[in-house]
Amino acid sequence: MAEQHRDDELIVLLGTPNAESTRLYALTVSEGDPSWAGPLAGVALGLPVYHVTEAAVKNQIPAHVFEEHVALMEVVLDVDDIAKAAQEVRTATGQQA
Amino acid sequence: MQQLAQPVVSGARFFLAHAPGLVRYGSKPSRDIARDAAVLDTIRSHLRSYDQAAAYPPNRAFLGHLHPDALASLSKPWFKTPGQAERWGPHGEIMPEESFYGLLKTCDAFDLVQLEADFVAEIRPQLEAHPLLTAGDLAALGPGLAMAELSALLDRSPHALALELRSGRRIGLMHAAHDVDTSLAADVLLENLCCKATAVMAMRTLLAQQQIDPNAIPYILNSGEEAVGDRYQRGGGNLAKAVAEMSHCQLATGVDIKGFCCGPVHALMLAGSLVSARVYEQVAVVGGCSLAKLGMKYQGHVKHNQPVLEDVLAGVAIIVRADDGRSPLLRLDAVGRHTVAAGSSQKAIFEHLVSQPLSELGLHFSDIDKYATELHNPEVTEPAGSGNVPLLNYRVIAGLAAMQKQIERSHVPDFVATHGLPGFSPTQGHIASAIPFLGHALDGLTTGTLQRTLFLAKGSLFLGRMTQMADGLSFILERNPALKGMKI
Amino acid sequence: MGLNLQGKKIVALGERDGIQGAAIAQCATSAGAEVVLEVTHCFV
Repeated sequence: MAEQHRDDELIVLLGTPNAESTRLYALTVSEGDPSWAGPLAGVALGLPVYHVTEAAVKNQIPAHVFEEHVALMEVVLDVDDIAKAAQEVRTATGQQA
Repeated sequence: MQQLAQPVVSGARFFLAHAPGLVRYGSKPSRDIARDAAVLDTIRSHLRSYDQAAAYPPNRAFLGHLHPDALASLSKPWFKTPGQAERWGPHGEIMPEESFYGLLKTCDAFDLVQLEADFVAEIRPQLEAHPLLTAGDLAALGPGLAMAELSALLDRSPHALALELRSGRRIGLMHAAHDVDTSLAADVLLENLCCKATAVMAMRTLLAQQQIDPNAIPYILNSGEEAVGDRYQRGGGNLAKAVAEMSHCQLATGVDIKGFCCGPVHALMLAGSLVSARVYEQVAVVGGCSLAKLGMKYQGHVKHNQPVLEDVLAGVAIIVRADDGRSPLLRLDAVGRHTVAAGSSQKAIFEHLVSQPLSELGLHFSDIDKYATELHNPEVTEPAGSGNVPLLNYRVIAGLAAMQKQIERSHVPDFVATHGLPGFSPTQGHIASAIPFLGHALDGLTTGTLQRTLFLAKGSLFLGRMTQMADGLSFILERNPALKGMKI
Repeated sequence: MGLNLQGKKIVALGERDGIQGAAIAQCATSAGAEVVLEVTHCFV
């Protein structure tokens, strides 16, 4: 599936609940993981990965949509830790900030 | 026409089988072992003894020895602060694996389980001494096969699974019931038989300890996630009736309620409805174990040099009956349900499962003394990177209360500590979903100080690839008003 | 260079205990993106 779409158009948005799983998923879609099942199997994707609670993402989502679907989890999750984890992976894999 | 009856939950009992020898047949372990045989040795070297599993504080909380809140004050990791290794707790027992294999044989009506003769002789006295096993059960145990015969049988049965103890000692085998039908493969049948056996023991425990005549149970709802069937009807089900038979409920039939992890909560609501409509005076709800989930997170445990904690199989049995003037009321007038139109955000889910029922009864979030949500033991999930599921659920409830301006955002941690619970349940899917608190809730709502509890469960329907949706259901259990005047 | 979701193709990897795939998808669509894969994982 990843080959069907041009790389510069594809972005991964995560909904992981903590920093550890954010890091794990982000690395998996950046570097690839041979044990990953499904459409993303075995491909070093090098795709930009963001968490849906990161400011860069939140700022582009209409407020009422974000409020309905994500806002509650901002109270619940450690969004700062999550954002840091996602940023670290992007930096480490040479993605844009 | 008669008035509707008020249903109450009058009893709940649990069952644990310590099954270290079966961890290798959990879904994740068995797949990894198939790819790399060395994984079996790794797992074997991280398996706990019976005493360790029985003394493990979360297992003790599961069986009622201690209230889950007491876990918060025990130093972590809990597997390093064991309690006493007791077999029986107020809410049920933890059975050693040797006896459990014998139990599987007694539940097996098709000679699929074959046990080794010396092993049978060793366990026979334990089984004879068990208060809930009958002469009929012991007769079904049979003499077993000589080791040479067992080995030969295993050699010529490529579809059979070897059955082992924690030590690796081979003590039997599990046959497939068909060479080609994958629904009758040995691993599927083993899972289903374990499910049957654990549900049966929970049911027998409940009936015996509450002195309920098995013949007084007309209907049983089984609510687990197993698939009982064959290739033409892969999920045909009605394991409930098999459980009824083995629980000596001669006047019962039943049916399976399937809802992923939300099954038991749906089943309790449905049981309450049958009682309310006076179809039956009382209905039993049971749930057996999940063999597939044994060792699910073994990699995380091994990586952090801790024992494989997913080494127990769990079962539950609950009775719902017409108001007895004592047991907590099941509020059928405020059932929360996650609808098709609701949307899949956490906000939508919890609004449907918590906000709506509360507002129907004119209650605030703080009017519920304890919420029972998914109660998975965080010591199992955190090393594997899956976080603390109960804590997350309670934060969502508290967060929603804050969003609805019923509490201050700064009070979220307090709310969680007061109205939530530490996780303590084995990660046995439907069993872990709210249900583990039932024994404690019934105690608290009768002889304790609880007034109101809310049980909510969610099901990940999307895993079956028929819908992207999840599901959820909730109900409130409330102290019986007739209790106020009673001397306890 | 900042992130711009408009006109992009999104892989929504949700988790049951975090933000579900469908919720991420709704957000992405409302930001002008197209969702090409929507997944929700459940680890218990």
